[in-house]
Amino acid sequence: MTPTFPYLTTLVLLPAGAGIVAALVPRSLGERTQRLAVEAVGLAGTLATLALAIAIIIGFHAGDGGYTMVSRHSWVPTLGISWHLGVDGISVFLVLMAAVLFPLALLGARIRHNQRSFVAWVLLLEAGCMGSFVALDLVVFFLFFELTLVPVYFIIAGWGHERRNYAAMKFFVYTFAASAFMLVAIVAVAVIHQQQTGVLTFDLVKLSHTHLSLTAQVLLFLGFTAAFAVKAPIFPFHTWSPDAYAQSPTTGSVVLAAVMAKLGTYGIIRFDLTLFPRAVVDLAPVLLTLGVVGILYGAIVACAQRDLKRLVAYSSLAHLGFIVLGTFALTTEAMTGGVLQMVNHGLVTAALFLLIGWIYSRRGTWQITGLHGLQRPAPILAGVFTVVMLASIGLPGLNGFVGEFLVLAGTFITHRWWAIVATVGVVLSALYLLWAFQQVFHGKATEADASTPDLTWREGLVVAPLVALIVFLGVYPKPVLDRITPSVERLVAHVDRATGTTQPVPGPSHRLAVDPAVKHRSAAVAATATAMNGQSTASSSQATGSNGHAAVVSSSTTGAGFRRFP
Amino acid sequence: MLHVAYLMPLLPLAGFAVLLLVGRRMGDPWAGWLATASVTGAFVVACVVFAGLLGRPAGPDREFTQILFTWIPVGALQVKAALLIDPLSMTMALFVTGVSALIHLYSIGYMKDDKDYPKFFLYLNLFVASMLVLVLANNLLFTFVGWEGVGVCSYWLIAFWFERDSAATAGKKAFIYNRIGDAGFLVAMFLIFDKTGTLDYRGVFAHLGAFGPGAATAVCLLLLLAAAGKSAQIPLFPWLADAMEGPTPVSALIHAATMVTAGVYLLCRMSPMLALSPDARIVIASLGAVTAFVAATIACAQQDIKKVLAYSTISQLGYMFLAVGTGAYEAAIFLMVAHAFFKGLLFLGSGSVIHGLDGEQNLKRMGNLRRYLPLTFVTFTIAWLAIAGIPPLSGFWAKGDILDNAFARFPALWAIGLVTAALTAYYMSRLGALAFYGGDRWEEALSGKGGNGGATGHAHSPHESPVVMLVPLVVLAFLAFFGGALALPWHPSFDPLGWLAPVFGSALYNAHLTGSTEWVLGVVDSVVALGGLGVAMRLWVRNPERPELEPVFLAKSWRIDDLYDAAIGRPGASLARFTAVVIDDQVIDGAVRGIARLTGATGAGLRRIQTGFVRQYALWIVVGVVGLLAFMLTRAWP
Repeated sequence: MTPTFPYLTTLVLLPAGAGIVAALVPRSLGERTQRLAVEAVGLAGTLATLALAIAIIIGFHAGDGGYTMVSRHSWVPTLGISWHLGVDGISVFLVLMAAVLFPLALLGARIRHNQRSFVAWVLLLEAGCMGSFVALDLVVFFLFFELTLVPVYFIIAGWGHERRNYAAMKFFVYTFAASAFMLVAIVAVAVIHQQQTGVLTFDLVKLSHTHLSLTAQVLLFLGFTAAFAVKAPIFPFHTWSPDAYAQSPTTGSVVLAAVMAKLGTYGIIRFDLTLFPRAVVDLAPVLLTLGVVGILYGAIVACAQRDLKRLVAYSSLAHLGFIVLGTFALTTEAMTGGVLQMVNHGLVTAALFLLIGWIYSRRGTWQITGLHGLQRPAPILAGVFTVVMLASIGLPGLNGFVGEFLVLAGTFITHRWWAIVATVGVVLSALYLLWAFQQVFHGKATEADASTPDLTWREGLVVAPLVALIVFLGVYPKPVLDRITPSVERLVAHVDRATGTTQPVPGPSHRLAVDPAVKHRSAAVAATATAMNGQSTASSSQATGSNGHAAVVSSSTTGAGFRRFP
Repeated sequence: MLHVAYLMPLLPLAGFAVLLLVGRRMGDPWAGWLATASVTGAFVVACVVFAGLLGRPAGPDREFTQILFTWIPVGALQVKAALLIDPLSMTMALFVTGVSALIHLYSIGYMKDDKDYPKFFLYLNLFVASMLVLVLANNLLFTFVGWEGVGVCSYWLIAFWFERDSAATAGKKAFIYNRIGDAGFLVAMFLIFDKTGTLDYRGVFAHLGAFGPGAATAVCLLLLLAAAGKSAQIPLFPWLADAMEGPTPVSALIHAATMVTAGVYLLCRMSPMLALSPDARIVIASLGAVTAFVAATIACAQQDIKKVLAYSTISQLGYMFLAVGTGAYEAAIFLMVAHAFFKGLLFLGSGSVIHGLDGEQNLKRMGNLRRYLPLTFVTFTIAWLAIAGIPPLSGFWAKGDILDNAFARFPALWAIGLVTAALTAYYMSRLGALAFYGGDRWEEALSGKGGNGGATGHAHSPHESPVVMLVPLVVLAFLAFFGGALALPWHPSFDPLGWLAPVFGSALYNAHLTGSTEWVLGVVDSVVALGGLGVAMRLWVRNPERPELEPVFLAKSWRIDDLYDAAIGRPGASLARFTAVVIDDQVIDGAVRGIARLTGATGAGLRRIQTGFVRQYALWIVVGVVGLLAFMLTRAWP
């Protein structure tokens, strides 16, 4: 079903075009007029993109969970590159989230110099992010994925804080180096596919049928995941992020942490799971462990931070751990929770960085010890901060809880101990956030703190949509979940088919026997599973022999039986 | 009539929403009256639903599920926001709304002139809504919404006077201790979902066969961890004493009558699960008995009137856990309701005292108040005698019920419970003696500045509280006095405790003691209670200074805070610093910077080779050729 209007192409080109317009606003207008004109272009561009994203979500029908609104045009036919865009339930909400956050990130922070290039970079960045979320061709995805680096580099280096050059360089080199692995892996997949079928293509849908040996899958998986793990970031590839988040101007921090982090986690779900399902199943324990370590490690290091922005950076690492957990648990519940958690994390982190930016613009510091008793002079700021903080802690009724619970409950089904250890992270997140809140907002205000002005109207309007979404997604996430779930189910089924495993179903076994339809399905699945299990174990042990991935093989199949409690 | 049930949580929630929007404009006292009205409305609705339930025949008909909306539907996890109306949830809803309405009324007077008056009622209304969700929810996850909701309201209200550092710290402490328990709740839910594929209470109980003994015990102990956090049992009890930093109505409502009983409620609700694990029940009963005893010893040595009551609450909750572990769920609920009456009253009475003394909370600076606060004294005395277990007041019956059942099942725990009963009578009478008898010792309190933000007034002798504060005292005194009547089998159609029995079914334990045994036990209880009372009055009326009876070890609550600080707090802080400074910065980021430096150094090194002199390049070529030849030679001549 191809809609007549090319929604997704427009979605990518609109912000890019607006960026060019912003860059072309003539200097001759005079400083003030030029600034206003640039701001108007920025706002109009991001709001038009938001309107388009809303139109997409209205026109979106979950259906069977496949891609919709597809536009597919041959682009560089000699190389098999096609302009192939599409959304499914997984990407559509990331698109919407990004579209919501960009105008707020622009409105929520005032840039004091050179607005023209700033707005142009931000708009270009939005185009890159949108393109990454909707691209279904590996080369197109890679182009957009890398395109995002340039604006971020200039935003940090041009408008950042004291150590901006170090942070910008570190960010750029680190992520760029990791992407090189992905580029090699992309080419390798296409070449192997060409050897098998004679067709050179970078189309994700076509490449998903490539037959790859387990060794090839593991190596290519590592290539892709290197790029995504740095981008997200996943522990232990995170050390660029505290520097980059802290040195960025507010807009940059918001976009980096809230939107761009999702390029990494989204990439894993979209590309790793589609292309390398067997490697995903085999390496899941490793990635799950990294996720859990990230949750605990991020929380523990956050406890020792004395700087609000770095604290949020490490808390972000912990929250991304939940997304990793949700992805690699490979159950519908956990993965749906993981996708929802991407949106949740975006909204919450964006709100946190905006609020911290406003504290900075009032008090000129984000040192936790330099702030005290702000709740008395700025009660609304404190109230909004409380709500956002509680969402981050995972209070039921706010959005963070729904995602976290789904991830943990879904992970428990397949990987019990990982889920239990991750639950400890739930305790720790309360520890550092409440401590920071008490230091900054509670207690008697010092003289300097006592005159801190409360939120302005403009700031209130910027943060209000975020708070509204945080509450809405916590109370009534059904419309969102109903659209994510079919796509996740499809993806989990794809992984199951490719590996011959079956997703364990929670509940007593006799429940399956009651429903004849279910019984039929489960019997069939069980039969194929047994047949395939032998196969995949055999090929796994082959891989062990040739490659020494001994640790990798152990969990290649997850039968429902072994995880039962006595 | 049952379908109006949704109004119970909705009315206070609406009150919260209105106060959030226009609370500041309404101000003092209208915000308070609005909040009180919304909770009173919820109480009326609860009465209507209760009547509707009574109108149905006993048994499965007295159970009604109201689905509000689908909350989280993903795969096998289908969670609805739905209410379960049954005798247990309605008992809870009735006393929660009733006591809440009274305490809201009281707060109108108590919080007068506070800077954040509307905000107080905003939190209070949200608390009541959350508490009702907690008790009315039909599945574990929706219960958890209320569970966390009351927790966060408790955090806000403890830290209500946030400019005081001790209050802010106490709020944070409460939240974190509760959070530890919540982890247990979460893992219990994961395990239950994994085993049964559902979180609905009815659905879980229908699939109990899926649990082996190990899994059942695991679930019960995890739920116990959750309950111990919320209900302040060993080892998670230290937060409740600090929670007394909150305004006194908060202590009465949240930290005595309602929220802290949530743990007991959860275990009662999960009674069919508990029935699967005798081991877990023994743990619960022992934990309850030991907590009851330990907290009672601490209460004997406190100087602060509210701290005595806080430890007393922990101790009484311990009794309830003892009852749950025994399987005497009816007795647990009975004490819970009676405790809501008399402990709520004790806190409100102490609030009246604190109000009258301009914020003084130290018992050693009170004395002889029965002359100045007559109505407070009379109502307080009723609650004091009730909790001490003097017949025929409610506490005697409720505590007796628990002790009788324990006697039949766990005699050793019964003995601990009996000693605790003596201590209870002792510490309450010590409090009564120090506050209301003896000489006037409050001059200092009234001449100095009251440190309490909620209390004002500049009278030079203690003054009785305004009418809005006295009405709740009188009503609760009536209930605390006659609450024991709940246990009387009035009539087959109205048997207030017996109507709970169908909820617990076969899980319920009811000791069948002979009439004479019951009489003997009742007499023993009374003698012990009177003994404790007599000893305390003899010791404390005349002489308020008896340091030998207030050992530091008890005053410092068995040094539990020091222990946690030394065992967890300080090592934890060091671990965080070590991880941040050494592991994160030096090891992980060090590796990253190391790779960068290595690349840079390699580049710098290689750059030196590229000199641009052709003869140098030629030299390197020669070196390379020679090297290659040498290599080939070694390979050819092995």
